[in-house]
Amino acid sequence: MKSQSMVMLRRNLKHVARNPTSVFNAVLMPVVVMLMFVYLLGGAFSVGVDYVDYATPGMLLLAVCYGLGAVATSVNSDMTKGVINRFKVMDVSRGAVLTGHVVASVLTNLVAIGAIIGVAFLLGFRPAASPLDWLGVLGLVVLLAVAAGWFTVALGLFAKSPETAGLAAVPLVMLPFFSSAIVPAAKMGPGVREFAQYQPFTPIIETLRGLLAGAPAAGDAIAAVAWCLGIALVGYLWARSTFTKRA
Amino acid sequence: MTTPAITASGLRKAYQDKTVLAGIDLHVEAGTVFSLLGPNGAGKTTAVNVLTTLTKADGGTVRVAGHDVATEAKAVRSAIGVTGQFAAVDELLTGEENLRLMVDLSPRAEAGVVGRLLDRFELGEAARKPASTYSGGMRRKLDLAMTLVGDPRIIFLDEPTTGLDPRSRRTMWEIIRELVADGVTVFLTTQYLEEADQLADRIAVLDHGRLVAEGTPAELKRRIPGTHVRLRFATAAELDAAARILTDATREDEALALKVPGDGGTRSLRTLLDRLDEYAISAEELSVHTPDLDDVFLALTGHATEVSAK
Repeated sequence: MKSQSMVMLRRNLKHVARNPTSVFNAVLMPVVVMLMFVYLLGGAFSVGVDYVDYATPGMLLLAVCYGLGAVATSVNSDMTKGVINRFKVMDVSRGAVLTGHVVASVLTNLVAIGAIIGVAFLLGFRPAASPLDWLGVLGLVVLLAVAAGWFTVALGLFAKSPETAGLAAVPLVMLPFFSSAIVPAAKMGPGVREFAQYQPFTPIIETLRGLLAGAPAAGDAIAAVAWCLGIALVGYLWARSTFTKRA
Repeated sequence: MTTPAITASGLRKAYQDKTVLAGIDLHVEAGTVFSLLGPNGAGKTTAVNVLTTLTKADGGTVRVAGHDVATEAKAVRSAIGVTGQFAAVDELLTGEENLRLMVDLSPRAEAGVVGRLLDRFELGEAARKPASTYSGGMRRKLDLAMTLVGDPRIIFLDEPTTGLDPRSRRTMWEIIRELVADGVTVFLTTQYLEEADQLADRIAVLDHGRLVAEGTPAELKRRIPGTHVRLRFATAAELDAAARILTDATREDEALALKVPGDGGTRSLRTLLDRLDEYAISAEELSVHTPDLDDVFLALTGHATEVSAK
């Protein structure tokens, strides 16, 4: 018998590869959105620096979020179609089933991140980050991907149907637009501005922006890591208890 | 004395304040087919979930393969196979990959089991196609094949033929009979009375979380009004005339019909027809009724199976 976690991960990766919609949403959509903002709209935004340099950190975050809808749907269809019950009766561990989904989600995110960074360079992205800063970027992005992954898996387990699971993930896809990802929060209207300033994605983006500019700010970084750990913990506990309770 | 495959006593389960199982007792001998029969919402799936360790009961004790489901869940799981109400196949994987997945997750799967199961369930041709392209009947077969990978000795089938066409249903019945011939114990839930009648050694009728009857199909059929001949007449006058000579019959005035008790054999039929001739009475229509499990359900619960028309 092979390791259950590896078997589950391989299954989930096959799912991603065989579902063109999920590949498109997770990898191509962020690239399309990036081209749209940087190429079409970017010239009109005045953000003080070259727009591609401003937008790339937010696009990294977008690349993580766009993959989540497919994860929620796939977890939910496992739950509602009885696949998870089948695994439970076969004594496959809860850890193996759930971690398989989370790791597959993180790996998909990393492919999307790679694509975004590649396209960014093609568009003239000139980061001032040192190798250590890059390591920080990678670390924070993976931490965010893990946190968002656990939260989304929990959403997927909890939702009544694959459709509602997909819908439940929509706010996660929309949140980056209401952060400093596209334009600085200070330029937004009242109300939205405050929301953008205090929502979790803004400190994460500002940290990435600081790291890529070679000038990370400690305050943002602490808030960013705290948000990620908090979301990861809530997602993990919620996923665990839903998995155990729901049959 | 052999250990029974499944026993339950006083099994209770409620969700919030809605009682789903109100204290049921079960006893299933090894190597037999036991059918839990009931309409939608009777509590069949909840019962299966408790027996298969997926849901914790609120009260009562359940032993499967000699192990307590609450305290020895692992031992129970290693002895059983479960095919749920919906074909739990992975649609993005091929039939073969689905079976391979089960092999990778089963500690006891034998070499060559995938090929054998594909042949046995006539899925060889479709083995390399994604399960999303399978018909309902093929999915069910693949689902059951996946359950059999670990060679379980006790199998739970939750409505295995719901939604299947008559032909696929018959194929599924054949497969279940073969399993039993191999000595496997089958716990089957169904809302189809004919299915329980065809397959089960014993049937328990579940209604609103209670067992309202239990016995062999023959025993259950004995509990309801027996075989009768139904005569339908053209006019009320003829009905009256027939009712005067056939004194043990019951009238259905609205339908202009008479129900005459009898065994349905040719001899008793001829006697009945001769008597009608003697008095020059002719019936529009004659039919012989033998009770089926629909009648059982009505007789036992006082209401019809709301789903029998499906």
